[in-house]
Amino acid sequence: MIENVDLTMVNWARAQFALTAMYHWIFVPLTLGITWLCAFYETIYVKTGNEEWKQLAKFWMKLFGINFAIGVATGIILEFEFGTNWSNYSWMVGDIFGAPLAIEGILAFFLEATFFAVMFFGWDRVSKRFHLVSTWMVAIGSNLSAVWILIANAWMQHPVGQEFNPDTARFEMQNIMEVILSPVAVSKFTHTTSSSMLLASLFVISVSSWFLLKGRNIQMAKRSIIVAAVFGLLASGLTIFTGDEHAFENARHQPMKLAAFEGLYDGEKSADLVAMGIVNSSKQPGDSQDSFSFAIKAPIPGLLSLLANRSLGSFVPGINDLVYGNTEENIMGAAEKMEKGKLAIEHLALYKKAKSSSDENSAAFALATFDANKEFLGYGFLENPEDAVPPVGLTFYSFHIMVFLGSLFPLVFLAYLYFTLKGTLPEKRWLLGPGVIMFFLGLVSTEAGWVVAEVGRQPWAIEGLLPVTVARSNLTAGTVQATFFMFLVLFTVLLIAEIKIMTKQISIGPEGN
Amino acid sequence: MIGSLDITTLQQLWWLLCSVIGSLFLFLTFVQGGQTLLWQVAKTDDEKSLVVNSLGRKWELTFTTLVLFGGALFASFPKFYATSFGGAYWVWILILFTFIIQAVSYEYRTKPDNLLGAKTYELFMFINGSVGILLIGAAVGTFFTGSNFVLSEYNLVTWTNPLRGLEAAFSLFNLSLGLFLVFNARTLGAMYLVNNIDFSINPELEARLRKWTLTSFICSLPFILYVLVSLLLMEGFGVDDQGVVSLVSRKYLGNLLANPWILGLLLAGLVLVIIGVLNTAKSSTKTNGIWFGGLGTVLVGLAVFFTAGYNNTAFYPSKADLQSSLTIFNASSTHYTLTAMTYVAMTIPFVLAYVVYVWWAMDNRKLTADEVASDSSAY
Repeated sequence: MIENVDLTMVNWARAQFALTAMYHWIFVPLTLGITWLCAFYETIYVKTGNEEWKQLAKFWMKLFGINFAIGVATGIILEFEFGTNWSNYSWMVGDIFGAPLAIEGILAFFLEATFFAVMFFGWDRVSKRFHLVSTWMVAIGSNLSAVWILIANAWMQHPVGQEFNPDTARFEMQNIMEVILSPVAVSKFTHTTSSSMLLASLFVISVSSWFLLKGRNIQMAKRSIIVAAVFGLLASGLTIFTGDEHAFENARHQPMKLAAFEGLYDGEKSADLVAMGIVNSSKQPGDSQDSFSFAIKAPIPGLLSLLANRSLGSFVPGINDLVYGNTEENIMGAAEKMEKGKLAIEHLALYKKAKSSSDENSAAFALATFDANKEFLGYGFLENPEDAVPPVGLTFYSFHIMVFLGSLFPLVFLAYLYFTLKGTLPEKRWLLGPGVIMFFLGLVSTEAGWVVAEVGRQPWAIEGLLPVTVARSNLTAGTVQATFFMFLVLFTVLLIAEIKIMTKQISIGPEGN
Repeated sequence: MIGSLDITTLQQLWWLLCSVIGSLFLFLTFVQGGQTLLWQVAKTDDEKSLVVNSLGRKWELTFTTLVLFGGALFASFPKFYATSFGGAYWVWILILFTFIIQAVSYEYRTKPDNLLGAKTYELFMFINGSVGILLIGAAVGTFFTGSNFVLSEYNLVTWTNPLRGLEAAFSLFNLSLGLFLVFNARTLGAMYLVNNIDFSINPELEARLRKWTLTSFICSLPFILYVLVSLLLMEGFGVDDQGVVSLVSRKYLGNLLANPWILGLLLAGLVLVIIGVLNTAKSSTKTNGIWFGGLGTVLVGLAVFFTAGYNNTAFYPSKADLQSSLTIFNASSTHYTLTAMTYVAMTIPFVLAYVVYVWWAMDNRKLTADEVASDSSAY
């Protein structure tokens, strides 16, 4: 992704956001998921009084702590990056977008930060029960923080509960409950947290498989696996269910993203799902080339229509329909939206001019035209209708990699569960070997998910209302480039340190406690 | 209930809340101050370990408070967030950079195979406590000395100084405020450590910490005096009922005289800090200095933020274009958002209560060298 960036400020700012978000996301899903596992392990310890479960809980907590620190380090920059690199955005939507970030701080971060210290250093300082409560609080706090940041993200994808105020030139909140309970927010949050639970379960499976292959800490590994396999299996089911829900929401609110991740140029009724394929990279919207150099469709016809609209025969719009319009299906194209958007921008300027010269009649007229077209405001900033199309190849491949891996993981959990219950897992080296790399496949899958979500919504910072070219800060490309490389070097160094420390601690094993 | 408050009241309320969070952050910079003391007060690895582990139980609270300060400003005064972060780019990026390197340092410092070695992580902590706090002070200083930006009619910011915020560090006033915060953090750090650690087998460490409390405080004095005297004498940025900003001579002195209670906060804060320092430095048994010093710092912080924002003052003034200056009235969120956020803010006392309870539960026994040595989670 980074190779294709040209040297303009906006693209560097996008690259920087992608870089920091993707680094952050290496660590966060593990944090979100493994806190639950630590809480389960400790609960078993408290219930049974068996010290071995305590040792096991402490071992996973230690790995959690190493991971948590770098998650925090990569996270702080994200909050402030909205201001530093996207300051126009921060002003234009701050009235809405700032709220969930502040609520995240008040309701979630303090839970995490306060009880984190108890979880690590409180074993001999507080009672067993208070310690257990603290561990649960860390799990709840970290997942609550995910709720709020995902509400914020979902609002960018589907901006509900707001109204543009021409006097202040910003979007203002009308209904906070609409923002919080937006269906996109709900599906995004449930999908993200359940997939994080899945990923953390894979982490436990990978590390424990390594112990089994080495023939050490067999009992601990088996105990860890049984909890992780059950949890992972449940999480997989939830992830698939919420993923389907999420795709359904995409079809309602971001049909272009759906068309891009399926590589669908010409919309159709009973649209088929592409199981795998190679995107034709020279294909442009509106031309007559094939969309794919090679593609295998899913065996059941109309599956994409089912996914998008819950109806096998329904129409799914393609990229061309969304760019050029489709009168038959009553779809307005980006070209027409651009005209309306430009009217909105023009009349916003006229309104401001009339206001400043106290010409109330002209102001009222300009405002009426603005109001009639403001829904398409963002399109007015585009230069060509084709600019409304995100990078199709990257979005398509990411989506398909995510789905393919996401379908593989429940089988892995099932196999681990089956052989653990049969008591033969330590002998199944054919399973344990691939098991070790499952965590990395999980990371690929979860990162791919964010690529679909974020690349697939380009060119929008706020869907349909604010393109990234407007959302930017007034900085030179060189400045953003400098900080891009600063963060690249720093985060890479810290990542290497993290991996080295983590592998060392794993090889020391729970005896280190 | 809250919805019936008028917008001006809500704006003042949110300036108060942001000031409280910012001032609590200043108190919690005892963590950063302690980090800069590490090499001076801890002479052996065991002593280092005690100091780092004592601070390490609190660093996240400070970090989280800073993040909340940013979040609260974003939610309540988004124009400030957009103008300052997007405009004074380099100063904020560098501040963030020092907090990024801090966040990994506790956890990674003594772990085997940590790539950079313990010394590097200790250096990261030092940079965070010195450069980081200095620049935060310089940035807060611009609330009084002004910045270089112009807002368009769409309220979008253009910064007119090529140093993009770093120019703040070249003003004597801003620099003094920054250095005061650095030394004050060191004073607080020493007092916190005196309070938190069981020195029965490390009496020299305690003696050094008590000495450094006084030394750091004395170092901070010229800077706070310079800041206070300048503040009383300098021109400030006033705003009239029409929202027109103009330079007013002795504006901040005027603010203090118009609101004697703010002057009271400032003086009470300074006195409390002095009591904390004397209790720690002039006694070999008293360990309560941090509470006086901490509360004192919060009060001084409140006085500084209130002087900047209340009494018709532009809290983020522009030297380049006076009318672009930000006031709590023109930079805030809408009535609706401030109301909604005020409901959320009603949970803050509850949050404070559990933070205090956990602090008490975890710290009612002093940290001993044995505990650090035998704890596998120790930093």
